[in-house]
Amino acid sequence: MAVAKNGEEMSALSDALAVLGAAFVAFLGFYLTLFSKDPVMSFHGAVLGVAAVLSAIWVLSSLSGRSEPQPFYNDGPIKFAAVASVFWGLAGFLVGAIIAWQMAYPVLNFDLPWISFGRLRPLHTSAVIFAFGGNALLATSFYVVQRTCKARLFGRWSPWFVVLGYNLFIVIAGTGYVLGITQSKEYAEPEWYADLWLTVVWVVYLIVFGGTLLKRKEPHIYVANWFYLAFILTVAMLHIVNNLALPVSLTSPKSYVIFSGVQDAMTQWWYGHNAVGFFLTAGFLGMMYYFIPKRAERPVYSYRLSIVHFWSLIFLYIWAGPHHLHYTALPDWAQTLGMTFSIMLWMPSWGGMINGLMTLSGAWDKLRTDPVIRMMVVSVAFYGMSTFEGPLMSIKAVNSLSHYTDWTIGHVHSGALGWVGMISFGALYCLFPWLWKRRGLYSMRLVEWHFWIATIGILLYITAMWVSGILQGLMWRAYDKLGFLKYSFIETVDAMHIPYIIRAGGGSLFVIGALLMAYNLWRTARGDEPVDAEEQPRVAAAPELRPALAAAE
Amino acid sequence: MTYHDVAAFTQSFSLLLFFVLFIGVVIYALWPGNKKVFERASRMPLDNDEHDPSTQQEPGGRT
Repeated sequence: MAVAKNGEEMSALSDALAVLGAAFVAFLGFYLTLFSKDPVMSFHGAVLGVAAVLSAIWVLSSLSGRSEPQPFYNDGPIKFAAVASVFWGLAGFLVGAIIAWQMAYPVLNFDLPWISFGRLRPLHTSAVIFAFGGNALLATSFYVVQRTCKARLFGRWSPWFVVLGYNLFIVIAGTGYVLGITQSKEYAEPEWYADLWLTVVWVVYLIVFGGTLLKRKEPHIYVANWFYLAFILTVAMLHIVNNLALPVSLTSPKSYVIFSGVQDAMTQWWYGHNAVGFFLTAGFLGMMYYFIPKRAERPVYSYRLSIVHFWSLIFLYIWAGPHHLHYTALPDWAQTLGMTFSIMLWMPSWGGMINGLMTLSGAWDKLRTDPVIRMMVVSVAFYGMSTFEGPLMSIKAVNSLSHYTDWTIGHVHSGALGWVGMISFGALYCLFPWLWKRRGLYSMRLVEWHFWIATIGILLYITAMWVSGILQGLMWRAYDKLGFLKYSFIETVDAMHIPYIIRAGGGSLFVIGALLMAYNLWRTARGDEPVDAEEQPRVAAAPELRPALAAAE
Repeated sequence: MTYHDVAAFTQSFSLLLFFVLFIGVVIYALWPGNKKVFERASRMPLDNDEHDPSTQQEPGGRT
């Protein structure tokens, strides 16, 4: 009885704290609305204020249902993040396709500042990396940590705060780009006030994740959680250091970064490359280590390898950033260090790839029968390919040809569309029936279509960018016999027209695939009867329904 | 103490530190006593995850 009373007091306390916190945030938001001279900052203050007021109303209105029994796992925030991931994915892929067409036909920006390449490009990168990828990571990390720790998420309102607060950050960042607010740091464009908000959200994320680990009922912390934890901790460190800046005033969106010159460049690319290493790699490796074994119903190929994989990956990645600054004012030794560590990264990357692929040993037939497994395996194959290409491009001699060309864009997209995109699609196809308690996906054939359309799109994209990038690099360095540059810059732009059309076509195919997925997942969540239930593996069904399905067979 | 002294110390010390840590990780991964723990851990995603304390007393049941 005392325990129940204690629990009730704790939840009352957290309700009160949630309302107080929301009131404080609402005050800050409306203060900015009233006192900022910048209209965009006023608008962002209003967004923050209204969101805080709505949250407070929601917390207060749920007080009456406090004593109702709760399910063991806290899946509400996971559902929200999974839906948000699909939504932002569609938005981000679509904006990417639009700017790809703008590159081929510049007239498509219609001379409007809001949809010019310079504003849409950060919107695209942030939408796909932080909004699509970030929400997929939030959803899967909260799902995986609960299931592998056999513990409910730590905190009453904090998991919701993490998910909703993170998406609020995305809205503020994205609208800011379109309306012309940026601090011009690649992949870290949001200004200081948005950065501060994200810092608060991220610290709560760490507390929720770490708190759940601490109350685990399993003695061993499963390897996927190690990867998620490394992702959360390192991103916190990177975000805070790279965004150290002094605002002009507390009501102005403009700020000045505290580093200058080559120190600023090095900090930026230490951040930038570790955003790849810890956000786009470590986090999604966590996803790989849970969803591939789960879906294939096979144990991890080598758990020992996964431990060595984890520690060597995180030790090496953090030093690879300087390869973004070859042949710049950065000291030579730092460039060589960045290159050396990038090449050493081959080992853990391929160790991880082998571990993911070999988890299917004994179950290779599932590649043929289950398109969701195929998607995740192709994702790991793309991971292997892009982590082979990356170290190659970090070698200074290769980099002198590839840097500043479209080869880099192609490389990034083989990692982003191939690895991050496909593993997230696989995880989302797993999660929707599991979370909404369905006996399977609405249509496995649509997954099949999505798989092929997206894969062909990615291949078109990458090959077009290889051709365009190497062509561009070779044209830039071509001299005539008198030692003059052989081509003017505009001639190189003209030469890339056809590859740009192919790239935009490949990107558009990827968007079409994602539209099929959104439709399929929406029908699944809505509860429509699967059209091809007999073709779906038992593991496609929600865990609660699997014993009944097994009995029926 | 000059910049070069500090650099020389940190470079050799960090090399040693990271090397020792890495060897430690490899020993931990290969330690025979850990074999059982890792074998069980490699099956953790396969554990029954419909876990509900009202129907299932002990967490960690297998499908």
